[in-house]
Amino acid sequence: MQIFALLCILAVMAIASFYLGRQRALAVSGGNIPALNSLPGYYGYYMAFWCALPALCIVVFWLFFESSIVTKIVVSGLPDAAAALPKPQLDLVLNEIVNLAQKNTAAEQASPEIAAAAQHYSRIKTISGMTLFVLTITLGIGGAVFARSRIHVHQRARNKVEGTILVFLIVCSTIAIFTTLGIVLSVLFEAIRFFQMVPVTDFLLGLEWSPQTAIRPDQVGSSGAFGAVPLFSGTMLVSVIAMTVAVPVGLMTAIYLSEYASPSVRARSKPLLEILAGIPTVVYGFFAALTVAPLIRGWGESLGLSVSSESALAAGIVMGIMIIPFVSSLSDDAINAVPQSLRDGAYALGATQSETIKKVIIPAALPGIVGGILLAVSRAIGETMIVVMAAGLAANLTANPLESVTTVTVQIVTLLVGDQEFDSPKTLAAFALGMVLFAVTLALNVIALYIVRKYRERYE
Amino acid sequence: MSVVFESRFSFTSERRKGERRRQSRASASTAIVPREERQTVGAAAVENPRIRCMDVNVYYGSKQAIKNVSLDIGSHEIVAMIGPSGCGKSTFLRCLNRMNDTIDNCRVTGDIFLDGQNINEQSIDVVPLRAKVGMVFQKPNPFPKSIYENIAFGPRIHGLAQDKTDLDEIVATSLQSAGLWNEVKDQLDQPGTSLSGGQQQRLCIARAIAVNPEVILMDEPCSALDPIATAVIENLMIELCAEYSIVIVTHSMQQAARVSHRTAYFHLGDLIEVGATEHVFMRPMHQLTEDYITGRFG
Repeated sequence: MQIFALLCILAVMAIASFYLGRQRALAVSGGNIPALNSLPGYYGYYMAFWCALPALCIVVFWLFFESSIVTKIVVSGLPDAAAALPKPQLDLVLNEIVNLAQKNTAAEQASPEIAAAAQHYSRIKTISGMTLFVLTITLGIGGAVFARSRIHVHQRARNKVEGTILVFLIVCSTIAIFTTLGIVLSVLFEAIRFFQMVPVTDFLLGLEWSPQTAIRPDQVGSSGAFGAVPLFSGTMLVSVIAMTVAVPVGLMTAIYLSEYASPSVRARSKPLLEILAGIPTVVYGFFAALTVAPLIRGWGESLGLSVSSESALAAGIVMGIMIIPFVSSLSDDAINAVPQSLRDGAYALGATQSETIKKVIIPAALPGIVGGILLAVSRAIGETMIVVMAAGLAANLTANPLESVTTVTVQIVTLLVGDQEFDSPKTLAAFALGMVLFAVTLALNVIALYIVRKYRERYE
Repeated sequence: MSVVFESRFSFTSERRKGERRRQSRASASTAIVPREERQTVGAAAVENPRIRCMDVNVYYGSKQAIKNVSLDIGSHEIVAMIGPSGCGKSTFLRCLNRMNDTIDNCRVTGDIFLDGQNINEQSIDVVPLRAKVGMVFQKPNPFPKSIYENIAFGPRIHGLAQDKTDLDEIVATSLQSAGLWNEVKDQLDQPGTSLSGGQQQRLCIARAIAVNPEVILMDEPCSALDPIATAVIENLMIELCAEYSIVIVTHSMQQAARVSHRTAYFHLGDLIEVGATEHVFMRPMHQLTEDYITGRFG
């Protein structure tokens, strides 16, 4: 709350310095704007940046390091016996102190040492807050005054402001990159911990998956089995079914829409396809589980087949339907990228529209289409909600689409739902599975983008 | 006249071009039809035409792009169509093999006879028509396939080859006629797009020849090429007209003068003047033709 107020004050100061900077620039130019190096607004921004940015940096810096520094001071103020405690217990004591200081716990229950430490803690916090406040306001005013003193006719405010904005843009784009890197590293480290408990070969080549470990060592099934092959095969099976549905339908849709459909049909049906892409996957999930799966089961029974109520087929078909717009819009792009001159060339030789499409347009667009399909495969592999609801949990090693299978994503969900302990292989297995999933989809995306790029070079 | 006649077979030097320009200026007094007159002057009809167009009109939506054009294309002749940009010469060319069908709101009326058959009737199948009337475009547009497959495409879809030997034969003779054989005979499996611009354009000509056409339409075939490649293509056209009728749209009056037997001058959708190339360039009968070839506009 305090920080929020501080930021509001800072914002008001920045806005004020914008107007002051503008005024100053106008005053310096003596009303002759063309004489200024930049438009007056740029001088305003220049001053506002000088006011806000250094102060903001201090606030961010403070937020990062305040708690650890305050904790250090509090710990040093504790009696020697407490300070010498091992880390986990020290953390507990500190927690108690912080809770007491924030009045989450009643003061009567606390020991006098803790109460004293809590008071110490509150005092330091208050001092720290005051210091930050004063420092920020001073820096803000100081920056503004400094910037104002530097405004003169030949000052290149525009270049400086644009340079600052460039830095801001670079920071924004690196945020996404570093977040990705952070996710990859965290998954990687947890996966490494998992592989210290379960050998990589057992994980990648084992045929049995039953991650439930017993609490006591003498119970049945105490070890758990972490052979992920049934998961990989299940994922493959569902993805293959999905692609069997999505690729032909999506491709035909794209061919019809880009080559045959009249503009009015295209204008109406494209948004409808986009709606298909906009349906939440959880809705597809219960469509698969409650509509498609019983339907398939009914058909199977009427043919004398035994179909489990959660089948790979149901999940795969619905996932395929979900991916259709993805395949069709990427194929559509690829087909539209084929230059009209090639169509004209084929027509001028007497080719019919169908021959032109089959023999000229599809071959020319093939790299783009393949790239699109690979991107769709990586989506199918990573898709979670439909398979969680419709494919089942039993890790069957089977190629029969009528049986229930489970996928990598489903297992990640089940392993991480509920209470976890982060030292058991059961929980850590999720990270290993995530790692594999990430590696596969990354490889598919890289290959797909490579193919698409190679294809683009041909026509540009 | 002799200048133009010579230049059809040898390439006009700068000096000669200047000479011809001066002659056509000097002959300005022969222009008799005033600018406002839009009736076609000159001889639009020939004896035993390969293609006879009668009162052709083309509309894009409500806009009329070609107005009542009648023009004959004779056998074994090269007809050049010239005129300022947007005058409808490419549109007219595309009527001759029904390529305007591929444009959504385009409507063509009038009669176009090819070998006595009206090809502008809706009932006509465009597949054999386009095999008879081949087309070469402004920008070389080889298919992204091998050189061999580029040529074999047409014969395959029309079922012209009995077997592989036949097809090889067609590919070889087409490339020979297009003067490309010696350059590519050892790399027939290379992509057609790997050739140079001039070679690609000759590949497209070979591709059109491969389906055994009677007429070849060329829509500014040299405008994307350098002068040397242009010269090669122009020589090729002169050789090819022994077997085919060629209709060429061009922006270059020098090119029209060098290669064509007859020249048609289009202006804003009207066919203004048509006649033997040397007459049109040296003694234009219409004031608009005179203005255009002397560079007063366009």
